[in-house]
Amino acid sequence: MGYPETRTNNARVCKPGFRLLLALILAPPAGLEAEHSSNPTLPRKQSTANHERFAALKTEFKSGPEVTTACLSCHTEAAKQMMQTTHWTWRARAGGDTTGTNHWIGKGAGVVNNYCLAVDSNEPRCTSCHAGYGWKDKRFDFTNEQNVDCLVCHDTTGTYHKFPTDAGHPNNVAKEWPKGSGKMVAPPDLGEVARHVGRTSRATCGGCHFFGGGSEGVKHGVLDASLVKPERAVDVHMNASGANFSCTECHTTVNHQIAGRYYDHAGYEKREFVMRGVPQSALGCESCHGNAPHRHQAKLNDHTDKVACQTCHIPLLARAKPTKMWWDWSQAGRLDAAGKPLVEKARVSSDTAASSDGAPEVVVYDGMKGSFIWAWKAVPEYAWFNNHLRQMVQGDRIDDTLSGAQTGATHGESDRLDLSKPVVRINELEGGYHDPQARIWPVKIHRGIQPYDPVNKLLIVPKLFPSGTNADRAYWKSYQWPQAIEAGMRYAGLPYSGRYGWIQTMMYWPLPHMVVPKEQSLECADCHRPAGSRLAGLGGFYLPARDRNRVLDWSGWLASLGTLGAVVVHGGLRFYCWRKRGKA
Amino acid sequence: MSKRVLIYTRFNRFWHWSQAVLVILLGVTGFEVHGTFSLFGFQRAVTLHNWLAGAFGVLVAFAIFWHFTTDQWRHYTPTRRHLREMVHYYLRGIFQGEHHPFKKTELSKLNPLQRLTYLSLNLLIFPIQGLLGLAYFYYDDLAAQGFLRDGVGGVAQIHTVGAFALLAFLIAHMYLTTTGETLTSNLKAMLTGWETISAKAVPVPPKPSSPETRAG
Repeated sequence: MGYPETRTNNARVCKPGFRLLLALILAPPAGLEAEHSSNPTLPRKQSTANHERFAALKTEFKSGPEVTTACLSCHTEAAKQMMQTTHWTWRARAGGDTTGTNHWIGKGAGVVNNYCLAVDSNEPRCTSCHAGYGWKDKRFDFTNEQNVDCLVCHDTTGTYHKFPTDAGHPNNVAKEWPKGSGKMVAPPDLGEVARHVGRTSRATCGGCHFFGGGSEGVKHGVLDASLVKPERAVDVHMNASGANFSCTECHTTVNHQIAGRYYDHAGYEKREFVMRGVPQSALGCESCHGNAPHRHQAKLNDHTDKVACQTCHIPLLARAKPTKMWWDWSQAGRLDAAGKPLVEKARVSSDTAASSDGAPEVVVYDGMKGSFIWAWKAVPEYAWFNNHLRQMVQGDRIDDTLSGAQTGATHGESDRLDLSKPVVRINELEGGYHDPQARIWPVKIHRGIQPYDPVNKLLIVPKLFPSGTNADRAYWKSYQWPQAIEAGMRYAGLPYSGRYGWIQTMMYWPLPHMVVPKEQSLECADCHRPAGSRLAGLGGFYLPARDRNRVLDWSGWLASLGTLGAVVVHGGLRFYCWRKRGKA
Repeated sequence: MSKRVLIYTRFNRFWHWSQAVLVILLGVTGFEVHGTFSLFGFQRAVTLHNWLAGAFGVLVAFAIFWHFTTDQWRHYTPTRRHLREMVHYYLRGIFQGEHHPFKKTELSKLNPLQRLTYLSLNLLIFPIQGLLGLAYFYYDDLAAQGFLRDGVGGVAQIHTVGAFALLAFLIAHMYLTTTGETLTSNLKAMLTGWETISAKAVPVPPKPSSPETRAG
């Protein structure tokens, strides 16, 4: 016997043609509800193992690696699997590399960005989001299985945390964080966490991915802690009282390998249905929804060859929490009388929020990091993207001779970019109208100003975080750029001329998360409009209602007006002659 | 002496007026899709335009059937006979109070200028608009087959040219309805079917099937 089938039948009955026609014309798209079947809910997944009863875990753990040793005593292959993944290596072969010249991409292979700039020389801070223990400098042993952090992904208690500055280790005594705040962070009870491990969750993935770039929501614009238990309006798939998807529902995971885009590695290539059970990730929207997902608005399906699902279904950036749009490192260094970095806060502004009353407060200046502009509930920018992203790594030469205007750089709504000065693209999205793999995507573009070496034409890898033997030279200790830059560049093995300047940079972040319910998705006229089209910035193709041939339109109106004029003159003459004849 | 003649049969009138309504609505919705103004909203304008175009297609199918089964297509046979008189009338005679030189009969209801205009509408503008409309609607399927690689722009623009041609036609056409025996006699004829024919007008062109026409 299966589960009892209790399908509600509200399927449309066939109506006379004209009524169907009327219905299609007059009904708003939200009225065209798909049929819902109320299939029975499956019982909650339960593990066949109760970790509380495992002898190896009935002990007090003093450190993370001790827990890992216990885990591996049963899960003998887990660390080996984990070590093959980018969550461990923080790098992969560059996608386009066929030369075998050891060209790598990843944070562990010198990726630079315009948030916290670079990992090298700052490891203990950055690697608080590494799925391992102890990556505090270049000497980290990537082959030691005990260094794998099982708990950070498998905790189900919500109490496990790595201390932000301890190279991925949790603190084992109460420690103050943030520094100088007087708030003490208690150490996690490792034994308790270990006895309550389970599947990964939105909370465990989000422990790092919701906080990228230094604090919540900063980096992606569509990932923040509101996704731990989101409402339907925040994310229609993760809706805690609905489908309740975990991250791995789409980021299909096999043997610890989690499907997803990684720099220039596309998350998926084929946009098509993925049958359950086949060894293929279900990362793309099409994996479940197919290429013709709109049942009652067939014309919408005609868009799927050029427009990503995300474009209409992720209509706003940072809908829950604000995200950073502009980061100017050149402004860093303002300290108060006591020598502590200044911090300024302000309410974030939003173009689309009904009122600014509930607007969250954000840090707009931090003496450690510079000045920021944030966006909240903002309209994204749009770009062609074929799932391949070119990414700079440290040591890549930059061009500071052409202005941003000359290289086609653009402003966003919230930045202070000066297009008369150079703008370096730290990453670029591949694709264009004629690329059959490319679609129009919503993107966040993070713009900023960061240090560079104008002689060697290199972006700077500065030593920001005070650690290691030259901790005193770190910027967050000395607040002196010259020595912080010199220390960072030396650590990274990069040439440094001794001169540094500031250069504008921009970075693309395709927006794949926080899919809204369909009634909140974009409407046709959001793009198909002559003025204020969301796609106003995307040229090179004809978009109905947005585009027109001016010569043709003018000629057409002139011809029509000319005809009108001719008949008016003709009619007037007739009238005049008729009256003249009447009088004669 | 004048006499009353049934010029436009019931289907003829139905066809004319439904075509008129469709063309006007297609124009309104089409120019909204073009981005000229906002009335229904883009989405609704597109939906309406597509349904109207479909309706137009159905009407055309009936009209073609009617034209061939009733031999009405012969009314569009172009002729140069009396073309000069027609041009003369519109350019000079009409101002001097002359009578319309063309006498409508049930056998020949279109004057030589109308013949040329409607023939080009039926053989040129409407088919082009219809085919381009189909190409516009099925653009994605065409693109999937490797056609129109640069997008729908070319199709859209020529479709717009056709729309402007129809707009200019509509303006001239509505004005020319006032050039009948009286200001409204043509309009009345198209509404009722009946027209009062002035005895003074010459019966031109002659019966379409006459040897004279075929020769010339």
